[in-house]
Amino acid sequence: MSSVQVSERPALPEKRQLTTKPRFSDKVFRGVVTGGGLSSLLILGMIFIFLLYQGFSILHSQGLHFITTSDWNAAVDDNNVPIPSQSHFGIAAMLIGTLVCATIAVAIAVPISVFTALFLTFYAPSSVKKIMVTLVDLMAAFPSILYGLWGFFVLMPSAVYWAKLLNKFFGWIPFFSMQAPVFDRSPFVAGVVLSIMIIPIVTSIAREIFGQTPLDRIQAAYALGSTRWGMIRAVAFPYARSGIVGGAMLGLGRAMGETVAVYTVLNIVYQINWHVLLGAGGNVASMILMKFGEATPLEIKALMAAGLILFLVTLIVNSLADVIVSKSGKSGR
Amino acid sequence: MSTISIPKPQKPWKATPRQRVETGGILLVSLLLAILLVAVSPLKGKLGYVGAFVVIYLIIDYAVVRFNHGKSAGVDAFFRGLVTMAIGVAVLPIISIITAVVVRGYKGLHLSLFTTDMQNAAFTDENLSAGGLKHAIIGSILIVATALVISLPIGILTAIYMTEIRGRFTRPIKFLVQSMSGVPSIVAGLFILAAVVYPLTKFYSSFEGSLALAILMIPTIARTAEEVLLLIPQDLRESGVALGGTQWRTVQQIVLPAARSGLVTALILGVARVAGETAPVVLLTGGGDGTQWNIFKGPMGTLPTYIWKAFGSGTEASISRAWTGILVLLVIVLVLFGLARFLGGRKVK
Repeated sequence: MSSVQVSERPALPEKRQLTTKPRFSDKVFRGVVTGGGLSSLLILGMIFIFLLYQGFSILHSQGLHFITTSDWNAAVDDNNVPIPSQSHFGIAAMLIGTLVCATIAVAIAVPISVFTALFLTFYAPSSVKKIMVTLVDLMAAFPSILYGLWGFFVLMPSAVYWAKLLNKFFGWIPFFSMQAPVFDRSPFVAGVVLSIMIIPIVTSIAREIFGQTPLDRIQAAYALGSTRWGMIRAVAFPYARSGIVGGAMLGLGRAMGETVAVYTVLNIVYQINWHVLLGAGGNVASMILMKFGEATPLEIKALMAAGLILFLVTLIVNSLADVIVSKSGKSGR
Repeated sequence: MSTISIPKPQKPWKATPRQRVETGGILLVSLLLAILLVAVSPLKGKLGYVGAFVVIYLIIDYAVVRFNHGKSAGVDAFFRGLVTMAIGVAVLPIISIITAVVVRGYKGLHLSLFTTDMQNAAFTDENLSAGGLKHAIIGSILIVATALVISLPIGILTAIYMTEIRGRFTRPIKFLVQSMSGVPSIVAGLFILAAVVYPLTKFYSSFEGSLALAILMIPTIARTAEEVLLLIPQDLRESGVALGGTQWRTVQQIVLPAARSGLVTALILGVARVAGETAPVVLLTGGGDGTQWNIFKGPMGTLPTYIWKAFGSGTEASISRAWTGILVLLVIVLVLFGLARFLGGRKVK
């Protein structure tokens, strides 16, 4: 009898370790991506900090007067050295002017945009729809200086004519009354230009929200014998209401921050002016651009402070709009 | 035996000949009435005709439909007319803008526009073929390219964070990106002045302009890229992980290549967003007249600053130059926009 030599079995490979722990490469990847993602927070924070840092001395010395008074006076002595104690900076007229122009723009743009969006969503045949959507999106891509030049040379003559008509027939409304017949470069003209600039953005938001209207509700309305307009009133409007409000606010934010297009068509005057047809208005962004060229160091600090206020106002309006838009679609259920 | 008659398929939603005649008749009648009204009343001008036509058409249309089909049909017809008109009002400015730019800008077009700069020419020169846009085009390309190099990685990383990592910051970041897209361009310019120019460099250069443009580009790129990445099917990611890939490998070798054309669209839309941006460039680059290749030193002219200066000079010749600059800028924007459409193939919802 011979014994069989059994060779030893080869050792089993060690069991693979199963883990949900990310590997080193993934840790790096996640770290880098998170860092990149947080850059928007970093940038927004830095904008706030640096503008505050540059404008702080002005905000501190002027206090609340910076946003409640409207004289802008950078005093200099004979050697062109600024005298802080005699300088006064106030942007009340500019802030109110910004708000007035933006409100006019929204008042004109929202009805047009909502109706355009209705047409594109519920009325247009698909071939027309494609072309129109492209055209409206294209309008959003036009640079603002183009709107500025077009507004100044092409639109302003017509807008002045419309302003005269408004004044003639609605002059009894305080906003439309005039003390002097100066219709050029008024807040109204600026508002019309801005309204054309924000039509695409309001339209695209309204269209998106109308497009999400639940089909079953639309069909239910038709099945109950509704006309198309009846369906829109009973189903689409209640569903899209808050989204449209948000879109309008987004448009308001855009209109308040617009610089170049307003600069060319608005006559900037350091006085609060509620008469929207009169050729004297205010705009924070345009004022910054206008004053910047010949500003003294002290004035530049004041401009930085004005920029900070503009930044905060637009940020608040935009954030509010964003919250409203993202919550829309929950109404009307 | 009675024969069975097979009904012909009907299309009840199509307008019958009678309805077509009716619609045409209403249009014609209201047109005639509008002309008549303008002739006898103090109304005048284009606005008079359009306004009279619109009002008369809406009234007649409402009356006719109401008489035939009842009240709610009348209201429906009224609003159908109003809504159709709104699209006309929305599209009118585009047509007006494009015609104005072409009609006023073509006079200044000449071949040497692309080979000469404004170093030895004045904006107010009556001879429109003196001087050109070479410096502005080179400057615009350099400044936008630099901005792109800065903003593209940040924008795409942000989008990847929102779609791939989905950490607890996803919602806040989405919110912040949205807020960032509303930052006024002049504020971006002021920020770079406050953060870079005054404390550090103390002089103007196009690089600072690029930094400001990058701030404006990041949200556009991030949001478009996010939309594109969301369209990539989840199956692709799962199969990548199932094959043993780490998340990094999955994103790098599967998700990003699948989204490539969409990411190019994001890039192009970002470029189109800032190509005509004027306020920060005017604040930061100095707007030179000579050809300048160094982005870190000295003033550099760009298309927007060229247009800005020409418009500011205020004579007939300089304004003509401004329109020509706008025409070139508009063509660039149109080409970029068309390219983005073509590559993105975005479906109309």
